[in-house]
Amino acid sequence: MVLEIKNLKAKIEDKLILNGIDLRLNTGEIHALMGPNGSGKSTLANILMGHPSYEVTGGEILLDGENLLEMATDQRSKLGLFLAFQYPVEIPGVTVGKFLKRATELRTADGKMDVSKYIKDLRESMDFMEIDQQFINRYLNEGFSGGEKKRMEILQMMVLKPSFAVLDETDSGLDIDALKIVSKGVNKLRGDGFGALIITHYQRILDHIKPDFVHIMYKGRIVTSGGKELVETLEERGYDWVRTKYGIEEDENEHATATS
Amino acid sequence: MSTPQPPVEIDDYKYGFAYPERSVFKTQKGLNADVVRAISKHKSEPEWMLEFRLKALETFFKRAMPNWGADLSDLNFDEMYYYAKPTPKQERTWDDVPDDIKSTFERLGIPEAERKFLAGVGAQYDSEMVYHNMRGDLEKKGVIFSDPESAVREHPEIVKEYFGTVIPYNDNKFAALNSAVWSGGSFVYVPAGVHVDIPLQAYFRINSQSFGQFERTLIIAEEGSFVHYVEGCTAPIYTTDSLHSAVVEIIAKPGARVRYSTVQNWSSDVYNLVTKRAVAYENATVEWVDGNIGSKRTMKYPSVYLMGEGAHGEVLSIAFAGSGQEQDTGGKVVHVADNTTSVITSKSISKGGGTASYRGLIRVEEGLSNIKSRVVCDALLLDEESKTNTYPYIEIDSDDVSMEHEARVSKISEEQLFYLMSRGMSETEASMMIVNGFLDPLVKQLPMEYAVELNRLIELEMEGSVG
Repeated sequence: MVLEIKNLKAKIEDKLILNGIDLRLNTGEIHALMGPNGSGKSTLANILMGHPSYEVTGGEILLDGENLLEMATDQRSKLGLFLAFQYPVEIPGVTVGKFLKRATELRTADGKMDVSKYIKDLRESMDFMEIDQQFINRYLNEGFSGGEKKRMEILQMMVLKPSFAVLDETDSGLDIDALKIVSKGVNKLRGDGFGALIITHYQRILDHIKPDFVHIMYKGRIVTSGGKELVETLEERGYDWVRTKYGIEEDENEHATATS
Repeated sequence: MSTPQPPVEIDDYKYGFAYPERSVFKTQKGLNADVVRAISKHKSEPEWMLEFRLKALETFFKRAMPNWGADLSDLNFDEMYYYAKPTPKQERTWDDVPDDIKSTFERLGIPEAERKFLAGVGAQYDSEMVYHNMRGDLEKKGVIFSDPESAVREHPEIVKEYFGTVIPYNDNKFAALNSAVWSGGSFVYVPAGVHVDIPLQAYFRINSQSFGQFERTLIIAEEGSFVHYVEGCTAPIYTTDSLHSAVVEIIAKPGARVRYSTVQNWSSDVYNLVTKRAVAYENATVEWVDGNIGSKRTMKYPSVYLMGEGAHGEVLSIAFAGSGQEQDTGGKVVHVADNTTSVITSKSISKGGGTASYRGLIRVEEGLSNIKSRVVCDALLLDEESKTNTYPYIEIDSDDVSMEHEARVSKISEEQLFYLMSRGMSETEASMMIVNGFLDPLVKQLPMEYAVELNRLIELEMEGSVG
């Protein structure tokens, strides 16, 4: 499958945040999207999933040629898109087990899921993600630590088996052990039928999940793309290098847009 | 498709059907002493009951309308019918009940529920219980479950001892109204030590238009006994208002336990103004489970007076206020003895401009020791137009009291909906899941059948109303 983002522009409350994004992901590929704070990375993640607060002002998002922008969030999910949230919300009174069962059921072709297989898979995935089985009966994300919430996101991804996953700063706030577990989960899914866009501010998660492609975002645009070597360049030179190299050009563009 | 969509409430309310009116006797429109006399005469009551009614009527006329609570300004007492008798007599088998009435209760699932999980059923249609039956083994143990009219005839000594003692006829305007024109309801007597292990149910159905239903329930649980009484109620949808004003009195003797569960699902044109009160003696427990889903206005605060040491009172209140609805509900507990405990838990949901208010009172009388009370009110707002209020009154005249009070208001957030939708749930399903989750800790405490029924009703209220 292929996920294509073409010249995507978006705003929130009249503030332009995406300024023409082009990106093409195939299943089987892991892409990293890096950039300084405020460059629009999380906005892109939310727009891919259809967050109602953002207004898309131009461009396209296509999944195997189908226009995602015309679809509600739940339809996008059922087509195989997944977002691992940066800040997963608490849903009081809804247990992890009930929630995941329903989410799984919704993507079973005829609605008839094999419940015993589901439970077996869930328990295996929980063991793999080093999540205590007690969490099945806990209310979703309620009272979870930051690390537990992130592991729960990856657990959901493993159970729901999306074609494309967007990981929105899943690494932020994780200690090294939690980071390793989260990475292990993503690597487990890695394969021909799975593609991912890993959004991160830092290099360290990419030491554990080796990206095939790296994109650098700045002021609502992807300013440069390349392979793993780009991470090293960034490591050496820092985001100032991006600001210096692409900042002026970007300001000129902004100016041009404003006056045209 | 030029047909306009009917309003959601009507569309969603599955019990709004009506059969043609079939009363064999009906009083004239409006209320006066002649109407009260006619009701009493029709029931062939003893003189003392007629006197009680007439005294109550005077009080009703004298008392002002409450100047607090739900908006009752459109309630017109002159436009109501106060008594309508649907059949010549009460039956003990469904086959003897007239077809239209039988179909009504079948559509409401009553005979089926009776076969599956009830120990006894009373079914009231307008003013009278048209059907009443109880398992034979309970009858042998001395349990009485009947309409109060039968009890007045057959057990006058018990009725005289307790009737109107927990809620005097002059307690409030609506208790006075009920005392004047009461008809139907339940009389339950459980002898000492008898455990009625599965519930008794009464079902109240209004069929007539512009009608007032005034059932009267008296439950006496002798020492060490147990009973769970359940009531349900529905009505057709008319363009004019109806009134339901019940009085429920419970006496729990030492060591007895009484649980009273209500799933109130009146149609959106019914004023539901009910007085419910229990007294609990030494080591007795009274639990009110009060679910208010329907009605135009509800004012109802089930109460427990903890009269003896070690008594425990509990109120679980669940309210759903949709468009045009005002649910003014809650609970009251009065601690009158040492070592008594109480819990009031209230969960309300407001949507489509509805208003849900929690109103509650905890009172601890003077000079008591080791009193514990806990009040938790949670409100969930589904949209910007809807409202919630909390009026928690606490009056404590003793020192040795542990009192906890928590109140929370939450809104369904865009982030919660987005999160659930990102996992494949539609917006309606996501809202439903959040609402169910909100109620979950409370619904878990209900017997399974009622939990299922309550969830189903809330689902109906939610359907098509979101997004």
